[in-house]
Amino acid sequence: MRLIKTKTTIDFLSSGRRKIALAISAVLVVVSLVSLATRGLEFGIDFTGGILLEVGYEQPADLEQIRGSLSNAGFEDAQVQLFGRETDVLVRLPPQPQESSESVRQRLQTTLESGGQNIDLRRVESVSAQVGSELAERGALAMVVALLLIFIYVMIRFQWKFSAGAVAALAHDAIVTVGFFSIFRFPFDLTVVAAVLAVIGYSLNDTVVAFDRIRENFLSLRGVSAEDAMNTSINEMLARTLITGLTTLLVLAALLVLGGESIAPFSIALIVGIIIGTYSSIYTASATALALNVNPQDLIEPIKNPELIDDLP
Amino acid sequence: MNKYPSWLNALVLAILLAGCLLALPNIYGSVEAVQIADNDGVAYDEARLDEYVRVVENAGVTPEAAFLQDGRVVMRFNSTEDQEIAGERLKAAYERDANVAATLAPRLPDWVRKLGLNPMSLGLDLRGGVYVLLEVDMATAIDSRMKGYQQDFDDRLRDARIRHRVDLADQRLSIRLTSAEDAQAARAIIERTDPNLLVGNGADGNSLTVRMSEAQIKERQDFAIEQNLTTLRNRVNQLGVAEPLVQRQGVDRIVVQLPGVQDPNQLKRILTATATLEFRLVDMSGDEPGSRRYPGRGDESSQVLKRQVIASGDQIIDARTGSDQGQPIVSITLDSAAGERMLQTTMDNLNKPMSTVFIESRRETVMRNGVEEQRTVKTEEVINTATIRGVFKNRFQISGLTPAEAYDLALLLRAGALAAPVYTIDERTIGPSLGQDNIDRGFNAIKIGFLAVIVFMAIYYRAFGLIANVALLSNLVFIVAMLSVLGASLTLPGIAGIVLTVGMAVDANVLIFERIREELAGGAPPQSAINAGYEKALSSITDANITTLIAAVVLFAIGTGPVKGFAITLLLGIITSMFTAIVGTRAIVNLIFGGRKLQSLPV
Repeated sequence: MRLIKTKTTIDFLSSGRRKIALAISAVLVVVSLVSLATRGLEFGIDFTGGILLEVGYEQPADLEQIRGSLSNAGFEDAQVQLFGRETDVLVRLPPQPQESSESVRQRLQTTLESGGQNIDLRRVESVSAQVGSELAERGALAMVVALLLIFIYVMIRFQWKFSAGAVAALAHDAIVTVGFFSIFRFPFDLTVVAAVLAVIGYSLNDTVVAFDRIRENFLSLRGVSAEDAMNTSINEMLARTLITGLTTLLVLAALLVLGGESIAPFSIALIVGIIIGTYSSIYTASATALALNVNPQDLIEPIKNPELIDDLP
Repeated sequence: MNKYPSWLNALVLAILLAGCLLALPNIYGSVEAVQIADNDGVAYDEARLDEYVRVVENAGVTPEAAFLQDGRVVMRFNSTEDQEIAGERLKAAYERDANVAATLAPRLPDWVRKLGLNPMSLGLDLRGGVYVLLEVDMATAIDSRMKGYQQDFDDRLRDARIRHRVDLADQRLSIRLTSAEDAQAARAIIERTDPNLLVGNGADGNSLTVRMSEAQIKERQDFAIEQNLTTLRNRVNQLGVAEPLVQRQGVDRIVVQLPGVQDPNQLKRILTATATLEFRLVDMSGDEPGSRRYPGRGDESSQVLKRQVIASGDQIIDARTGSDQGQPIVSITLDSAAGERMLQTTMDNLNKPMSTVFIESRRETVMRNGVEEQRTVKTEEVINTATIRGVFKNRFQISGLTPAEAYDLALLLRAGALAAPVYTIDERTIGPSLGQDNIDRGFNAIKIGFLAVIVFMAIYYRAFGLIANVALLSNLVFIVAMLSVLGASLTLPGIAGIVLTVGMAVDANVLIFERIREELAGGAPPQSAINAGYEKALSSITDANITTLIAAVVLFAIGTGPVKGFAITLLLGIITSMFTAIVGTRAIVNLIFGGRKLQSLPV
């Protein structure tokens, strides 16, 4: 069976198409950045610190009543929402510096039980603001270190123009994925950071596979422009790119639907990232390398001793 | 063409079988069990095992299996009731020397257990439990050491008849003297006492400043952490938790993980409690040097107490709760040195009053110049003052506490005091119902995701797809085997990592199969198409996997908690998938197609 016909000759990289792709990417990145700057992210308590309770009720929960009783108990800033199913409620509080976390939790529990319902305290997390900012720092650090190492690896294996293309594509994917979380106000927690890094890994996977073929074709297709060689390479790898993307999306869809609410942000980040990553390894990575005037000579081993050549008659 | 030598086929088969064996312990599930560990960490032998089994059998319960594991006794039971009865009986009999904990144990057949194989351990998010990250208050640890120096120098200078005044501020002592000669003499005394201290001149020639060197501070910090680790382990043992983890993290933090604990409130109260006792004589004249007034707790009246401590919490070797005329009491046993001092004190001070001081520290947040600051507040209250009616030595009782306080205090005194206060900075509790939910959901996602991929691969690449599916399945087995051997915990994000690996692991095969198709389309005969497909795809596969590996390694190195859990399975998955997708599928392809005359390939 074949998803696409054997030999596609889709024009991905002519300057007209590249402009369209550039425009789309620019819009995506700018919208993401603007949203990140103005709306920010819906940070989970991993980053902000605070207290979180997941409570299971026996009957479908009455959120209004829960909000009311919490507010009466002095928790005006509590966020209350359903979590995955009608009987599960998530209560979030910002850090309470004036009160110890034990006593806050004790009071929360008594307040929630006061409705006369039996509750099942499924999960309690209490993170100090200090630890929260540390986790955020480490997440950011991981992202930067990963990008740097990848840049170095691609530079060693290929050449700096490819490296720049790869990292541009990765940064593009990371920004748009995080921007997606900002625009749709999905909760952004530690697992999402892990997902974004996995997206970077995945998208890079795609990009490197395309570059590998480009290198091969640069060396074998003589007298063909860089643009045509790259276009051919992308066409040749199209089936693989789509099929791997598809199988990965299949399992992620299973994870999103069946994995439960707490892993949902992770699945969403990966799904968005992989779609964007597939697009970017076709367009962004190659277009950036082309914009940097990549050409077959870049991949030919440099001559070890140029002075010697100058000396030749 | 396309034949593996038989040794290579044998090797691939051997690795697969080894993987299956290592993954095997995971299929048995777990049952209720009781685990008994010696409080002092002494390994049990067969004789103790038999003794414990007899105790349980005398209670009318027969364990389904009983064995030694890592020096601990584990007994498996057929029902929760049996487990409860056995647990209670063992606790009653051995509470003083052993930690008896109810737990779940894998239902491994004897031969698997004797091979030393274990299933993967489940993270707290999958089995329920409590995770607490504690920060050790180092400033207080250093302060308390400096206070020791303060008192010591005070005594020594007085003995040397040098007029002086010693103050402690900002972890530094300032000593005021009356003349430059005295300052010289005082400096000599201090340097003789501890040559490592940094002694400097004060603002004028008549004063000195003393502080600890960097090395001493480091040493003190390490001591505080080590001491706290020991104390916390003792406290956790007193609570009866199976497989507790108490571990240092970084410079000043301690992680405590307690699987299966349902009530974090008592746990946290016990972990972070600093409550301890001091016994002091009441200063009847009220103006002895060093005496000061201590507030009374509740109805107790405040007292002016002498500076000398007769005995303090760290000299208490045993403490038990009881009641006396309906009042909760704590029976105290002192160590021999403190016992001697108590004997001497009570002999010399018959019919004079002595007070018990209850000391506790807690952290408060205060606003200073608009910035939130953490500050340690220490409360010292007199809980009881009694007249010494007779001479006593190392055993006596104290009163003046509520029943809950008496219980906690006795436990804390038994387990030893913290060298420096600790504070919870991160705490996560997962209830057992959520843990089970997470397991069910995670495995469902793996099952369905896996199924979707293998169906797709079989349809899309026909026979070659089926071969890739065999590789994918063995990849799962290898991940589970590696997790079991490494003893890494499986967490929900870890499951997500496995799911992602399943999706991505086929990539290598897709690359190879697409290449084979290309070669075939280019007119290559089937055998050389197979060969070229594997050879030419190799560099792409390696590059692609190494870059993902970089991301996974960074995640593992820098990430914490859930991120690490995800990174470990992703990391293992990438490594095992390289083997199964390249070497594994090639072996099968070679076996089936190698050396035959083929007109076409089912790819």
